[in-house]
Amino acid sequence: MMEITEGSHAVAEAVRLCRPQVISAYPITPQTHVVEALADMVANCQLDAEYITVENELSALSACIGASAAGSRTYSATTSQGLALMFEVCFNAAGMRLPIVMSIANRALGAPLSIWNDQQDSISLRDSGWLQFYAEDNQEATDLHYIAYRVAEDHSVLLPAFVCFDGFILSHTYEPIDMLSQEDIDRFLPEFTPYERLDAADPISFGMYATPDYYLEFRYEMDRALKESKAIIQNTGKEFARMFGRDYSAMVEGYRLEDADTAIVALGSICGTTKDSIDEMRDEGKKVGLLKIRVFRPFPTEDVAKALAHVKRVAVLDKNISLGAKGAVALEVKDALYSSGIPVKDYIIGLGGRDVRKKDIKAIVALVEKGQGDMFYGLRTEVL
Amino acid sequence: MALAVGCRGRPGKSRDNKTGSWRVFKPVFDREKCTKCGLCMTLCPEGCIHETVEDFVDPDYTYCKGCGICAEECPGEAIEMKQEEK
Repeated sequence: MMEITEGSHAVAEAVRLCRPQVISAYPITPQTHVVEALADMVANCQLDAEYITVENELSALSACIGASAAGSRTYSATTSQGLALMFEVCFNAAGMRLPIVMSIANRALGAPLSIWNDQQDSISLRDSGWLQFYAEDNQEATDLHYIAYRVAEDHSVLLPAFVCFDGFILSHTYEPIDMLSQEDIDRFLPEFTPYERLDAADPISFGMYATPDYYLEFRYEMDRALKESKAIIQNTGKEFARMFGRDYSAMVEGYRLEDADTAIVALGSICGTTKDSIDEMRDEGKKVGLLKIRVFRPFPTEDVAKALAHVKRVAVLDKNISLGAKGAVALEVKDALYSSGIPVKDYIIGLGGRDVRKKDIKAIVALVEKGQGDMFYGLRTEVL
Repeated sequence: MALAVGCRGRPGKSRDNKTGSWRVFKPVFDREKCTKCGLCMTLCPEGCIHETVEDFVDPDYTYCKGCGICAEECPGEAIEMKQEEK
């Protein structure tokens, strides 16, 4: 049913439809309305879940680990500093192979203090073993939750997942959303079947100690599971498309890319602005296209290489920076195109909520055509 | 043997955990010098030095972590720590 809903409320409704059994969160600023809305749903008996309030984010995700290990479908949401406080727990959740799903309303990390959007928070946890999905709009943000649970809980994957949607730009924006029904989601997302679970009658420990003789192999198994999850993501996306008509089976998605000379690569809500500016540039005769990356972990290296094989140049928009190096997306794209000879330029944009408009995308295309890049775009040099 | 997913394990794992694999230096006992005083057996933090034949004591290399306390404390200097080849 079509509804006009705020992004974080839409995500909360999508999570409710997934029937999580345990939700734990610490909604300090910066937070979104996601867990606030879920708390209302639990209090109003619209959702039969245990809602655990805790003293901080580290405990929130730790409670999810315990609940997931005990065999429950679990959920949390966080953003920026909250996610940073979960850093240690994120690695444990992945290492214990617990399919927790967590929404990340992407925001900048302090210091300096900021509550505005960029993607530094989730990108900084790219090595933690979590799947990372990025939504362009709120429709995709809701749908990716259903897909994330299906993929994460698949016994050949068993890894936790972030569903990332840009803070404020999506989380606080009202958009029309086709909200699926409980019957729809019950057909798509079966009850959680834990691979193994905590049981007093048959005790078991999770995430035990591995000597140097074993640790390397455990990390290899996680890497293998993450890489093999690509096929599960594609198949789950195909099934979702067959049932509900929206196709998320491709980990990357081209927009007017088939005959493009210049390709822009981006993830998240900036893809919408980019598509609009591409339409305007096309009207002016410029052959520009977009490659949107929906899944950042596992990284679809082969798909990126294939989708960009014909272009003359690539501009990567990074709402993050690996300080002292480059943006994280650009590093991956350069790796994917390493032997192709196609020049890839990186543009650090929109950090800490700096607005990125259509004119900025056009200016970046002009820069990449001149071979200028690997830079912060839009620096206010007058304040430096 | 396939690894347990998520490094999960059932109780009693400490019995299966052969701590001898941690060892870098191995205590080698010299029976010529040993006075059978038993101090090494008393002080071994792993409790893995046992009386064997004729009241001599020997380490159980399955569990000996190679800490070297026995060699350090032996009054007759009858225990030597030797680098172990693996």
